[in-house]
Parts: sequence; C-alpha cells; structure tokens
Amino acid sequence: MNTDIKTQTPTDIFNAAKARLDFPALHQEVHGRPLVYLDNAATTHKPASVIEAVNRFYQRDNSNVHRGVHYLSQKATGQYERARETVKRFINASDQSEIIFTRGATESVNLIAQTYGRNFIRAGDEILISEMEHHSNIVPWQILCEQTGATLKIIPFTDSGEIDLNVYQKLLNPQVKLVGIVHLSNTLGTINPVTEMVKMAHAQEIPVLIDGAQSVAHIPVDVQAIDADFFVFSGHKVFGPTGIGVLYGKLDWLKQLPPYQGGGDMIHSVTFEKTIYADVPHKFEAGTPNIAGAIGLGAALEYLTSWSMDEIVRYEDDLLRYATAKLRNVEGLSIIGEAQAKAGVLSFALEDIHPHDIGTILDMEGVAVRTGHHCTQPIMDHYQIPATTRASLAFYNNRADIDALMQALQKAIEVFR
Amino acid sequence: MSEIRELYQELILDHNRNPQNFKPLPGANHHSEGFNPLCGDHYHIYIKTDENNIIEKITFDGKGCAISKASASLMTSFLKGKTVEEAIRAFESFHDVVTGKIDPETGMAELGKLAVFAGVRDFPVRVKCASLAWHTMKAALTETETVISTE
Repeated sequence: MNTDIKTQTPTDIFNAAKARLDFPALHQEVHGRPLVYLDNAATTHKPASVIEAVNRFYQRDNSNVHRGVHYLSQKATGQYERARETVKRFINASDQSEIIFTRGATESVNLIAQTYGRNFIRAGDEILISEMEHHSNIVPWQILCEQTGATLKIIPFTDSGEIDLNVYQKLLNPQVKLVGIVHLSNTLGTINPVTEMVKMAHAQEIPVLIDGAQSVAHIPVDVQAIDADFFVFSGHKVFGPTGIGVLYGKLDWLKQLPPYQGGGDMIHSVTFEKTIYADVPHKFEAGTPNIAGAIGLGAALEYLTSWSMDEIVRYEDDLLRYATAKLRNVEGLSIIGEAQAKAGVLSFALEDIHPHDIGTILDMEGVAVRTGHHCTQPIMDHYQIPATTRASLAFYNNRADIDALMQALQKAIEVFR
Repeated sequence: MSEIRELYQELILDHNRNPQNFKPLPGANHHSEGFNPLCGDHYHIYIKTDENNIIEKITFDGKGCAISKASASLMTSFLKGKTVEEAIRAFESFHDVVTGKIDPETGMAELGKLAVFAGVRDFPVRVKCASLAWHTMKAALTETETVISTE
C-alpha cells in the first residue's frame, strides 16, 4: 500500500475482488452462466452486512419506535435514530433533524412538491426542471402545477447530454420558485454541475432540490458544499434495502413546511379541537416508519464508508473508460450520453436491433442490463429513439464483466446479422 | 444459444427485417393504436372489412422490437381474407399458445406459420411483445377502445 500510487492503475488501487465477495447475490448462475450484474442504476445488490442488520433487527430487536418504555422499543428507537445520524454524516448535513426517512427518492420529491407547494407555489409561478430528469422529478411537479396553476419550465440539454448553463441562466427569473435538478443522470450518466447551478439559483433566492438517487453510491456527496436546499435519494440504489429513502432539507426550510401526511408519530398533541405537530424530522414521518429499512440503510452507508469514495470514483471511471472504448469499436453502435463529466452509466443504441431484443439475448448469457426508456421518456424524445440498452456499473463490477457484456453483445449481433 | 434461436427463429428475423403489410391503409374502416409502455413498442393496426365482415386489407406501422414487429407482420399476412369472427378466434388461440395455456402442437395447427411464436412462452416478459399487435387488432375490430396498452 505504500508503493508509489502513480505507477498503479485505479484497478490496482481499489480491491474490487474483495468488495465483490461482500455481496452474496453476485455469486450465482443465471441461465447456466455466471451472473454479470450491470443494472446498478436500477438497483444495487446488498452486502452481507446489510442483510445481516435487517435480519438481526427482526430476529432480536423488533419493536416499534418512539413509543414504548420497554427495552426492545428503546433499542429499536436507538438503532433507528442512529441510522439517521449515519445518513447525516454520510451526506454531511449540519443537523440530524434535517434527515427525514421516506419510502424512497420518489416519495421525497412528492413530499417537497406537496408541502413546499402548499406554502410557496401560487398560480403564475414557475418550477424549473431539466430535460434529463427521471419521471419521479417530473410528474410530482406536473401534479403540483395542475393543483396550483403554476407552470413547469424545462432546462434543455445538448446532444452530448450536458446542461447549457447559459440557457439555464436565462430561464432563472423572479417567477421561478423552485429548481429541481438530477445530480447524476440514470440514463446519460451525466454528472451535472449542481454546486454551480445552486449558486446561480440562490443569486435570485430560488431554492433548489437535487435528485441524488444515482449520485450517492458513485460520487462524494456533501449537501453543505453543494448548498442544496433539498436533496433526495433512495436506499436501494446505495446498497441498502428497498422501501427506504431520504429527504434532506435545510432546517430553515423544513421548519417552514406543513406536514406531508397526518397520523401517529408526527404529533405533539391531538385533541379534536387542535393538533400540535411534532418538530422536524418527526413532523414528516407519520405512522410507523420502515424501521428495518432505515437500519439497513444505515448499515449500507457504514459499509460504503469503509471504502474510500475517491478510490471508488477512480475505479468506476477507469471501468467506464474501458467499457466506452470497447463499445465504440462496435459497428453501428452509438453511445447515448457523452458528457465530459460522466459516471458509470452506458446507454447505447444499435442500428437495426431493438434494445428489448438485445436485453433478452444478453440475459440468456447471464448479463443483466436494463432496456427501455429508463423512466426518462423526454431523453428518448430528445434523441428520437424509443429506448436504449443500459449497462450501469457499481464498484463490485470489473473488466471481466465488461468483457462478458461485449461477448454477449456479439452474440446478439450474430443473431440479427 | 439454442434457446435464443428457439425464440428468434429465421422466420421471425426475416419478418423483422422485411415486414409485410408495413404501411398505413387509406380507407381503413377499423383502426387501433397499441402501446407497450415498458419497452416503448408502439403500433397502429389498420383494417378494411367488406360488407360480409371479411378482412379485405390489414396493415400496420409503428416501432418496436423484432418479436413485436414480426408478430404484426405475420399476423396481418395471416388474417387477410379471414372473417372478423375467425380473426377473434385466432387471437384467442395465439394468446393461449404464447402464454403457455395450451400446447403449441394442438393450438398452432390452425395458426400455420404463426407457430414460430411458440418459443415465446419460455420468455414470459416477451409475451407482451408477441401479443401486442393481436391485442391492437382485436381492439380495432371490436372497437371497445381505440388506444390499448399492455400495462
């Protein structure tokens, strides 16, 4: 480890083989072939420590939180709140109460759309999002626009898959009451310059929501450095369980927002005449939360912290370059999304072979990719294609996975030639 | 590779490359539009029936995977000259075969060339691709809905 790092490739520095051993589901055969899992943008696999944490909770500690005086309830509450603390540290929030547990990034966006919307959006206002948003950062705003008479405005991207900041600058005006931007595009792989975009919005006192569903597992995230007003992500895309997600909000904002749902655990006191709501974050967590999910997410983030995020970035970038070079050699293949700042998402289209057919043939070779519009139909419309094939990487992937992808792709081409 | 060939038989690949009846149909008296939102398959089916309820002409256009396109191509070739009742019966036989409800040996006898789609039953997620054109055709003839979706 003390040798000169410069002489080593990222592949040498980062021990992906060791990481791979931590993920039990990666070690299986599919259709008689070793599984090659390249669908990490859809969901990541879970390390044994996460599976064990969830299992242990149900085996030993199962109880409801914030309610009982009994031993198990206190234990469950402690673990649930420790998970909140872990999330806070992971994204560098300034206060633990800025972390709200939700069902996922989708619910987090909906929560902001409905609560911020109720207090701050009126007819004639504008909500500004980008052309490369996931449907989960489009539809909640469309619903809000229908409810309020506000207008949804779109920041376009260039054919390489980058947001033109000059166009963005022109779209910012006093009517805009919120900007929503994806941090890392699940279809294009583009890493958007969110810090700069937040700064530009803040110059006109416009708050910004960042959709970090894809970024948290692949690039370092510091919500204070970004200066995001709201930041959302899902647990299952960062090696945690499904059904748990996070909404980060600046405390000042969260205090100004009304509750999202009403119910137990979000109140201070209830009478039929008047209910006093609990403080943040509990005000936004009505009902019994996904306790095991939160604990599992905490375990996932602790697991990820045991690695160096900078090394993960370098390793995945090396793998992305390796895969990109290989794909560029395939005749008739075009890569969709070629931003300068790009993470391990490889969307591509092959002349005359529909992605769905590629997906089936790859699957028979044990290679799991996603085919379709990836819940980003406006991106498909931009390139005038119905769908893409998408291979998306995680730090447990390696060059052999890319080689297997290329071999399977050759088989698809043979079938259709 | 053999399972893949079972699905992507030469006839399917041929019809994907050179689809038959792949054009709009001016003067059609039945039309429907079919979507598979999951993968973006999107087709129109155009049908002209005569006064005896016989399918005089049937065409399609749109975009989609090899299975869906070949299925539409072979279906339109197969249904030309059939009565509306025969078309609906064929829909049911085809559907039962690709979903594995009936044995392809028996069910496909009346379906002729369409037997090539029997392999689809081993690929549950692709059943929708094979049956999209058929659902769209049925909707066009029965006119219950003009836009249908597999979801």
